[in-house]
Amino acid sequence: MALVSIPGKKSAALRDPLWVRVVLLTLAFTFLALFLFVPLIAVFTEALRQGWEAYLAAFDDPDAWSAIRLTLLAAAIAVPVNVVFGVAAAWAIAKFEFRGKSFLITLIDLPFAVSPVIAGLVFVLIFGIHSSFGAWLAENDIQVARELIPLMQAQGSDEEEAAITLGASGFATFLRVTLPNIKWGLLYGVILCNARAMGEFGAVSVVSGHIRGLTNTMPLHIEILYNEYQFVAAFAVATLLALLALVTLAVKSYVEWRMSAELAAQSSGFQESGPTPAPNSIEEKQA
Amino acid sequence: MASSAPDIAVPRKARRVLPGFGLTLGYSVVYLSLLVLIPLAGLFLKTAGMTWEEFSTIILSPRVLAAYKISFGTAFIAAVINAFFGFLVAWVLVRYSFPGRRVVDALVDLPFALPTAVAGIALTALYAGNGWFGSILEPHGIKVAFTPTGIVVALTFIGLPFVVRTVQPVLADLETELEEAAASLGASRWQTFVAVIWPAVLPALLTGFALAFARAIGEYGSVIFIAGNMPMVSEIAPLLIVTQLEQYNYAGATAIAAVMLVISFVLLLLINSLQAWVRQRGGRGV
Repeated sequence: MALVSIPGKKSAALRDPLWVRVVLLTLAFTFLALFLFVPLIAVFTEALRQGWEAYLAAFDDPDAWSAIRLTLLAAAIAVPVNVVFGVAAAWAIAKFEFRGKSFLITLIDLPFAVSPVIAGLVFVLIFGIHSSFGAWLAENDIQVARELIPLMQAQGSDEEEAAITLGASGFATFLRVTLPNIKWGLLYGVILCNARAMGEFGAVSVVSGHIRGLTNTMPLHIEILYNEYQFVAAFAVATLLALLALVTLAVKSYVEWRMSAELAAQSSGFQESGPTPAPNSIEEKQA
Repeated sequence: MASSAPDIAVPRKARRVLPGFGLTLGYSVVYLSLLVLIPLAGLFLKTAGMTWEEFSTIILSPRVLAAYKISFGTAFIAAVINAFFGFLVAWVLVRYSFPGRRVVDALVDLPFALPTAVAGIALTALYAGNGWFGSILEPHGIKVAFTPTGIVVALTFIGLPFVVRTVQPVLADLETELEEAAASLGASRWQTFVAVIWPAVLPALLTGFALAFARAIGEYGSVIFIAGNMPMVSEIAPLLIVTQLEQYNYAGATAIAAVMLVISFVLLLLINSLQAWVRQRGGRGV
């Protein structure tokens, strides 16, 4: 990290020639437009292709509502389960040293590398067909922990130790000291976990081949509609999930902005130059 | 070493000041065992129950081999595309200021947040013969939807944030003094890039590449819509697992999954050691 940096303009040595900047910006924008922005816009234009009435008609379908209800219910169960696990795992890993710690971290990383289809398969094999919930939990159980572990490791445990020394109980320490420190990371973990839980497709889809109707979440409902060539209806349901994704991204930006603001307030003696990167912005930035 | 005499009452380790170690660790271990460790171990046990004969007949059948080839081939190409453009996007986001930078920065994470099924139908609608892109490309003989090219497109969408979000912090932490020093010693901007910036960013770029690759191999939701799913041509390995399962061919599904799992583990190991390399690099720079 650069200790002293001159605030203000970047030095000429760091500036790329104008034509390089123009070419790189154009390339980057073209790529992002083709691969990110246009597909996002396409979800909405396809849904509204036949006008608002056709769009709204898609929600007259009781199947759509049952899918939405099930998705909300599933998220309402998954998110708290995730938060409890995420906080517990982050507390154990960030605040203590113990043997097998890196193995535990690898286990938390594992679901990322395992195909959702395989997650679905193992649950069908091991626990029988009625464990779709487990498969879907396994796919999503890591979001909160992945957000919190790097954050809590970076913060250390000095403040908690001080609180304990001053006679606070363990739970009070967590509530008054730890929680305020991690609230933004926790919030983002929760919202990302929520988006993932609502959008999970692969793992649920594997099990649904066996008990269709029982596991008809929104993504599966989209698949059914799409395969029945009801494109407008499929995209109409998809807009809800796309909006959810946009809200997730907005919350993430807000959280990162708050975190960097707090960081700047803490170290007001230092002046950062250049754009501040998102603090622990990736879920993969794992210790 | 752990088995010390039981009559020593005082624990040898320093007492932990913070409470809750036993509870949180115990809970984490139980939870992970139930949801990750036992299911995966079970998969390998099931595989071990097969004879080598059965196992090899399944995984060496032409259709399965073709599916592996398509899965790994398309994932690799998509990861290469992502490595290039992901680096470019990270560079632009860190080094240049332009209107809307925050919005672009936020939208890079879209593939994380957008359900894969939604991405799948959106991309298919765009690249199908009557879609916005498809109607431009197909008259020129370029078919994207329902071909392996379509799979690459979907996997590129899925993998982009992994490269950007791995490279971006490294680029931002790069000591600009080094670049200034290089410039003051007479290096051109290009020479500075090749000799100073590139070596510093390479480990992170490789990590991002490996992450995008690992993710793409297992991807299912976005691919099945755009792939067309023709056996031997555009059928990915995860889809083959689902197909086997739907035909109640548990042995087939298990064998294909076991091979994919082993490869995923190897990739995860690789990613972890790459990340250790990144940290080491970062540590040496300070």
